[in-house]
Parts: sequence; structure tokens; C-alpha cells
Amino acid sequence: MLVHSRKARWAVWTAFLVLFLPLFALPLLVVLASSFATNWSGALPSGFTTGHYAAATRGESLHALTTSLVTAVTASLLALLVGTWAALAGHALGRRARRMLDTLFVLPVAVPSVVVGLAVLVAFSQPPVLLNGTRWIVFLAHAVLVTAFAHQSVSAAIVRLDPAYEQAAASLGARPATVLWRVRLPLLLPSLTAAAGLCFALSMGELSATMMLYPPDWTPLPVQIYAATDRGSLFTGSALAVVLMTATVLVLTAVSRIRTRASYR
Amino acid sequence: MSSGIRFDRVSVAYDGTTVLDSLDLTVEPGEVMALLGPSGSGKTTALRAVAGFVRPAAGRVFIGDRDVTDLPPYRRGIGMVVQQYALFPHMRVEDNVAFGLRARGAAKGEIRRRVTETLEMTGMAAYARRHPRELSGGQQQRVAIARALAIRPGVVLLDEPLSALDARLRSDMLAELARLHRELPDMSILYVTHDQVEALTLADRIAVMDRARLREVGTPQELYRAPRYEFTASFVGNANLLPVTVGSGTVSLAGNELTVDTARAASGASATLCVRPHLVGLGSGPNQITGVVSEVQWRGATHRLYVDVAGHRMLADLRELRTPPAPGDAVDLHFAPEDAVLLAAGVTDG
Repeated sequence: MLVHSRKARWAVWTAFLVLFLPLFALPLLVVLASSFATNWSGALPSGFTTGHYAAATRGESLHALTTSLVTAVTASLLALLVGTWAALAGHALGRRARRMLDTLFVLPVAVPSVVVGLAVLVAFSQPPVLLNGTRWIVFLAHAVLVTAFAHQSVSAAIVRLDPAYEQAAASLGARPATVLWRVRLPLLLPSLTAAAGLCFALSMGELSATMMLYPPDWTPLPVQIYAATDRGSLFTGSALAVVLMTATVLVLTAVSRIRTRASYR
Repeated sequence: MSSGIRFDRVSVAYDGTTVLDSLDLTVEPGEVMALLGPSGSGKTTALRAVAGFVRPAAGRVFIGDRDVTDLPPYRRGIGMVVQQYALFPHMRVEDNVAFGLRARGAAKGEIRRRVTETLEMTGMAAYARRHPRELSGGQQQRVAIARALAIRPGVVLLDEPLSALDARLRSDMLAELARLHRELPDMSILYVTHDQVEALTLADRIAVMDRARLREVGTPQELYRAPRYEFTASFVGNANLLPVTVGSGTVSLAGNELTVDTARAASGASATLCVRPHLVGLGSGPNQITGVVSEVQWRGATHRLYVDVAGHRMLADLRELRTPPAPGDAVDLHFAPEDAVLLAAGVTDG
């Protein structure tokens, strides 16, 4: 929006802050404040300690953080691979087949994630594919949940990709595989990294499906946070939440740096 | 490698609409053939059929002696340059130019030699390490041409390659393309354009297309001086097209008897007389006709008069006049008999 007069600009900023602060920033600030608190009975927390963080970055909690990171990275890579593949294949299909494929991939988003968790649990608790009790069932559930986003953002990018590039490459004698690896995927890289970042963030925060099927030795951070708050340790939970938030934002920042270096236009 | 292109009754249809209707055309080895026509005339479709990006509904396409109709684009051995350049934005200029050679598995030393040679030929050697986005439009077009020529194709397809450039740059690039073709004389070029100047300047022969059909093929001189059809006359250069009735050795235009070559038309038939505006003179002379000036345009080197002759508009492009007539003035126009061409009615736009 283009705002020219100084007064109007102030009004817009004020409206933005009034709407944005309570809705988005304040809850996060409250979590941040409570993660340093020893006591919170009035309007503001009292007492200051870094003890919650000391607890949140060692032992079980540290393990939960690495669990979450490994899960999110694995799930996003899986999702990116499957989603990109499906998007590329879908682009080559006819209109009706493409629509069916799109619907199929949106399904895990349309269905409540608890249901997805339960479905994965039921499906893989019996041989021949027995994954229940292993970390793989968590990877799989997360991948199923986030593939929709990878598929959607990559197929949107493929539609926008000018066919002139692949045609130029083909006319120069490049086989379809060469065109894919040397021209199409490099040109799609910005949206691939964006999709990877989105999948990662979603997987880092996933709780409801994870609750259904995490094995005892593979407890992701959100489950840990839930467990802490459930037994009344709000401040410890807050510290864990801040750790989760920071880790996610750090990874996303790193990923977005790849993106800016890879955008050509 | 020397190879021409041959269209053998090639038809292309999209969703039931015929966009190219049984095209028969041969581009000789080493020849520059311009496909000239308005948008929607099927010229780009014809080019894409050679490249392999559209499948003909009927007919065959040959490159050299090889029937390429069923070959995928990457096995056709063509070079192609399109209007929007389509340079790979993530590769440096040298990698863009090397792309085709690498795709063909050329040896490293060979690739380096060819890339250097081709970039020098197109005057882009100094920009080898740049990315496309760091180049101007004209430079990008040179790189696109270099990329197509690096594989030394027998056939080069140019799809409106100069349309995105400004007028000055366009005429420079035309000269450049002509020079490149002199350096690589075995290369056949199929040049799609809607710009008659590009076609007249560069082409050995021009194929005029209209509404999915090929109208007329000939050398630029033939099409300009002696077009057979009204469409060709008006699309290749400007033309006065006047309805006349043919007599013996003369035609009559609203009562004016005009001497022209009537060999192409039967006596008594109605026909169209084509006279180029720049061949029309002011004042008395052979084939004199009188009209009323409706508009005068000063165009720097010339004056263009719009003259109403017995209800028909006639254009006259005259070398700049000291005292141009004013709208409403009656003027005499004339033209030499050999400067007029009779287009027989009945063989016009079919």
C-alpha cells in the first residue's frame, strides 16, 4: 500500500501496532518473560532466573531438541523429494489427472492431524510394515503431514516456470534428464528451499499427530513442552518453547540465506 | 553440416482449430527463408513444428534428408533463438554458450575452443564471465545467438529474434545476422517475423503467411515489385490497391484510362492495380490522375499525401516538398506504366 501523507503513514503504523502486537507479538513476549520467571502471580512476573534454560538445554530436554531437529530435517527432505517428484509428474499429466493428484496430496491437510496420526499408527502397527515403536513412524507421520505444502508450493512454481527455458535446452540437444537437473531444478531452487523451510517449521511444531505415535526413546520437543505444562511446570515449558522457537528461526534464517543466493531474477 | 528444411503438407491443429494448413515449403541448404505474416498466421507454429515443440496433425517435416516428424526436439540438431532470449539465468554467459556442447558430450578442449570462437564471432568474448541479468537486451540477444550457433547446427530457427529490441539496435543486429550468415554460409535459417523490413533485408526468399495458409513465396524483389496477391502487396511494403477494369493494354479507374502491363489479366475482367506510394509522382506525367488532397503528413525526408481519387484513397510518398499542397487542394498524380502491377481478381485472398 502506498501512503503519501505523513499523518496517514502514522495512522497506518498505529493501526498495525495495535492489531499486530496483541495478536502476534504479545503471546510470544509473555512466553519469553515467563521463561525467566520464578513466580507469576500479579500482572507481571517476579523473580529472575536462568535456571529453566539450564534445565532446558541438557539431558532429556537437549535430547528432545535434537530429536525434533532430526525429525524435522528428515521429514522435510522426504516431503520435498516426494512433493517435488509428484509436482513434476503432475505437470506432465493431463488436467484431470493433475487435479486428482492435487486432491490426493491436500488430503492430509484437510483431515485433522490427530486422524492422520491415528491412521499412520493403525496402518503400521502390524506386519508386514511394522514401524510402531520406532522413530520411523514419527518421520513418516510428519512427512505425510507436510508433503502437501511442499507439493503445493513446488507445483505453483512449476506452472510459473517459462517453458522457453526447457525448450531452449531441448533444442540444444539436452535430454529430458539433463533438462531437469541442469535447467528446471536450478530454476526451481528458490521455491524448493522455501518449501523446505515451510515443511521444517511445520514439523518442528507438530504435536497432535506426534502424541499418537511417538515411541519412548523419540520424544520431540513439542511433546516435552506439553508434558512440562501438563504437570504444571509452566516456566520450564516456556523455556523449552523459547528454545524450540529459537532453533526453528535459526534454521529458517539459514535456509532463507540459500534462497536469496539462489534467486536469479 | 549442410541441411535444408522441407515441410511436406504439414498441418497443425490446437483443440480442433487449424493453425497451420497443409504447408508445403522448402528451405534450401544455406538459404535464409523469412516466414512473414501477421500474428495468428501460423508462422510461429511452422517454426515450432521444425523444432519439435508441436506435433503436426498431418504431413512430414524433414531436416536435410531426415524425416524428423517423430523425433524429440533434442535429437533434431537445430539452433533456436526466441524473442525473449530464454538464457539460463543461473549460468554464466560461457556456460550458456557451452550448454549445447556439453549436452552433446563434446570433449572439454573442444568445448572451450568453440565457446571462445563463438563468443568472439558475436562480439561477446569480454562478457564470458557475466550472468545474463548483468547484460543489456541487445547483449543478451547476442548471447542467445551465440548459444544457438555454438553447436554449429545445420538449421537455425529464429523466432522474432529482434522484436524486443529498440529500432536502432534492431538494424545493427540485422547487419550482424547477415554477417554471421556470411561466416557460416552452409547454415539454413528459418526466420519468423511480422516485420517486413527484417524480412526484406535479411531473407533470400520470403514466405508470406496469412490465416494458417502460405500465400506466396518469392525473393524479396519479386514479392515487392510483382506481388501476385493483394495480401502480399499490402504486407510486403506499402501499397495503393485500386479496383480497375481491364481493357486491352489499358485499365480504367473510374473513367481514367491508365496504361499498364495487362498480360496477367483477361480483358473485361475486374482487377486490382497495385502502385507503391513512393513510385507515385506529383504533377503531370504518364498515367495522370486527378484527386483531392485529404491529408498531408510531413515525415522528415518525405511528405505523404492522402489523395482522394474518385472515391478511392491513394497514398503518395514524395521527397520533401518546398510548397506542399494543403488539404482540399486538387492535385495531379502520375506513375510510370512499369511501376504498376495488376493483381488479377479471383486469385486474391482465397
